[in-house]
Amino acid sequence: MNENKTYTVTIYSENNIGLLNRISAIFQRRHINIESINASVSEIENISKWTIVVQLTEVRMKKIIGQIEKQVEIIKAFYHKDDEIIYQESCLFKIKSELLFEDRQIQNLIKESGSNIVTVNREFFVLEKSGKSEEIGQLYADLKAFGIMQFTRSGRIAVTKDQMQIRKIIHKF
Amino acid sequence: MKEQLTLEKQEEVKTTEKITGSEAIIKCLLAENVNTLFGYPGGAIMPLYDKLHQYQNKLHHVLVRHEQAATHAAQGYARISGQVGVTIATSGPGATNLITGIADAQIDSTPMVCITGQVGSHLLGSDAFQETDIVGISTPVTKWNHQITKASEIPKVIAKAFYIAKSGRPGPVLIDITKDAQFEEFDFSYQRCTGIRSYKPIPSLDIDQVQKAAELINSAKKPLIVWGQGIILSEAEKIFKCFVEKSGIPAAWTILGASALPTSHSLNVGMLGMHGNYAPNILTNECDLLIAIGMRFDDRVTGNLNFYAKQAKIIHFEIDPAEVNKNVEVDVAVLGDAKDSLTQILPHINKNKHAEWLQKFKELEKIEYDKVIKKDIHPQKENLSMGEVIKEINNQTQGNAAIVSDVGQHQMIACRYAEFKQTKSNITSGGLGTMGFALPAAIGSKIAAPQRDVVAVIGDGGYQMTIQELGTVFQQRIPLKIVVLNNNFLGMVRQWQQLFFEKRYASTEMTNPDLIAIAKGYYIKAQKVSERSQLADAIEDMMKTEGAYFLEVCVEKEDNVFPMVPAGASISDIRLE
Repeated sequence: MNENKTYTVTIYSENNIGLLNRISAIFQRRHINIESINASVSEIENISKWTIVVQLTEVRMKKIIGQIEKQVEIIKAFYHKDDEIIYQESCLFKIKSELLFEDRQIQNLIKESGSNIVTVNREFFVLEKSGKSEEIGQLYADLKAFGIMQFTRSGRIAVTKDQMQIRKIIHKF
Repeated sequence: MKEQLTLEKQEEVKTTEKITGSEAIIKCLLAENVNTLFGYPGGAIMPLYDKLHQYQNKLHHVLVRHEQAATHAAQGYARISGQVGVTIATSGPGATNLITGIADAQIDSTPMVCITGQVGSHLLGSDAFQETDIVGISTPVTKWNHQITKASEIPKVIAKAFYIAKSGRPGPVLIDITKDAQFEEFDFSYQRCTGIRSYKPIPSLDIDQVQKAAELINSAKKPLIVWGQGIILSEAEKIFKCFVEKSGIPAAWTILGASALPTSHSLNVGMLGMHGNYAPNILTNECDLLIAIGMRFDDRVTGNLNFYAKQAKIIHFEIDPAEVNKNVEVDVAVLGDAKDSLTQILPHINKNKHAEWLQKFKELEKIEYDKVIKKDIHPQKENLSMGEVIKEINNQTQGNAAIVSDVGQHQMIACRYAEFKQTKSNITSGGLGTMGFALPAAIGSKIAAPQRDVVAVIGDGGYQMTIQELGTVFQQRIPLKIVVLNNNFLGMVRQWQQLFFEKRYASTEMTNPDLIAIAKGYYIKAQKVSERSQLADAIEDMMKTEGAYFLEVCVEKEDNVFPMVPAGASISDIRLE
């Protein structure tokens, strides 16, 4: 309970201006760094879903979930350990096109890593890879030697192994 | 926004007519039974003020002298009446000046709606004159906030604002309205908000938890009740008194809970916390059951949590689930509104008298009386003490006055020694500790409860933080009684400097102006007292005077407030000297 662990916070909320500010302030005032944050539509119409990754103790995590749920426009918040969820990240590499044609090693890397070529033109090609953080990190390390023109990586997105008890809450209204 | 708001339950009260956004704001306020506003005009809120002029017989606008005072006045208004306090300010500095009062209302759970003007929507984000991101700035200190850029949003958003401010655990809401939305005409209709799908103000009461709590209460040998403002906010005073009397359990209060049970009640064992009474502090760490009702285990109440009530089982009656297990791990949590919860549990509580246990409180009270209280209220030394002033106010108001205190030594003394017969009588800045709170909060209190005696008790430091509000007292002809306990020091900081910083009195001594002349400058009757022999007459004169009155009492410069739990110490280590 008292050691820092990685937790994935899932929040169901209304889709309103300013809510990001309200959520991030809860972490900021407790001096907690957000490792990644993602907002999107959810499986329920007109309801947004947030996926936030933080590292802290479970005791603090529980209290913060309480503070999040307390916000008027938040419907429900959950937290999960890594083994309770299926999670992925996504990333994009922009790399010089000549390497693709001239270096066999890169072609092998693309195959082995399960990444996809999104686009190719004369100057560059774009490689997309989805997977766990470590897999993306490995690909980054492998490609670094060849020269990466641009790199970006998304926040974690996740679904839980168990059912989310969210529809019931909304239907009750 | 549109989609979202259709998800709220509302009841219609008005038919359609075409009016401006400004007039709509006023009609919304009237529909919410608002009759008093505290505010200050300026550019971006001028359309609303223009309409207010037309409605001045229905809506009383109190022109304050600084926007911070508008929020404190609204807080005072809310705290004494239980109604939502409303403030209006312009954009930019008008809005930012509200922030201290909003933060105070947030931490002390005070229902308040603040309406701010904003630059025209086409100017948003352009660094326009008097533009500031007040929604962004106020986010961490509001229960909810929202910006309106179209007149058509006004009714729904204001309805939602009042609902959120007042329901559940109350708090401040800020609504920012662009100038063009105030001018725009639209078809007005108003429906009060009665529910929001993402917001559950009161958790459902769990009968199992009530049963468990009742069992613990019935089997406890040395139980102690610690209550907070939750009793007052849920208007549970009557049922709480029945609960205390039936169970025969001694009950102690946080400063925001004070006055929910009369001071003289035989089971009222006094104030908790850093400068609270000796018995409830010591015995918190000796009780076998701690029953917390509508309080949040603030650090000023608990002292060092590692040594707080570790021997006891703990029951927490609480409306806000986020407060449960936040500071103190509890054995049984009864979530819900205090009034409902107490009503449910009362039939399950056995009649009891904890005579022996109560006797322990009496013994410790005697020790505190001999070492602290006697000196405070019957001092032998030449200079006046703060305690004897409060005692004299008690005498002359028979405990019926509302005491509005500021922050610091005088506040602790006022909370310790004021005698309350009526609820909603101790109005002070608890959580935020906002100096400058008392004078404007007393203005708001007196306006909300003109039938009550309202006495502002303020230190010389805090008084000068919002002293400009004498202008409001004068202009509004508010028959407010203002008592400044002047020790020419920022007394509480000085006390800490003496006790913990080897008497290095860094920037705590005040060279004060002629406070009497200042009061008289505002045509307020004023008197200064420094002799014991004059005190009773002066307070009598003050209370008998029909209009406003300013009384300056020169008190001992370097008195300390005891008992005291040093910061970071256990409440068991409470010092009597």
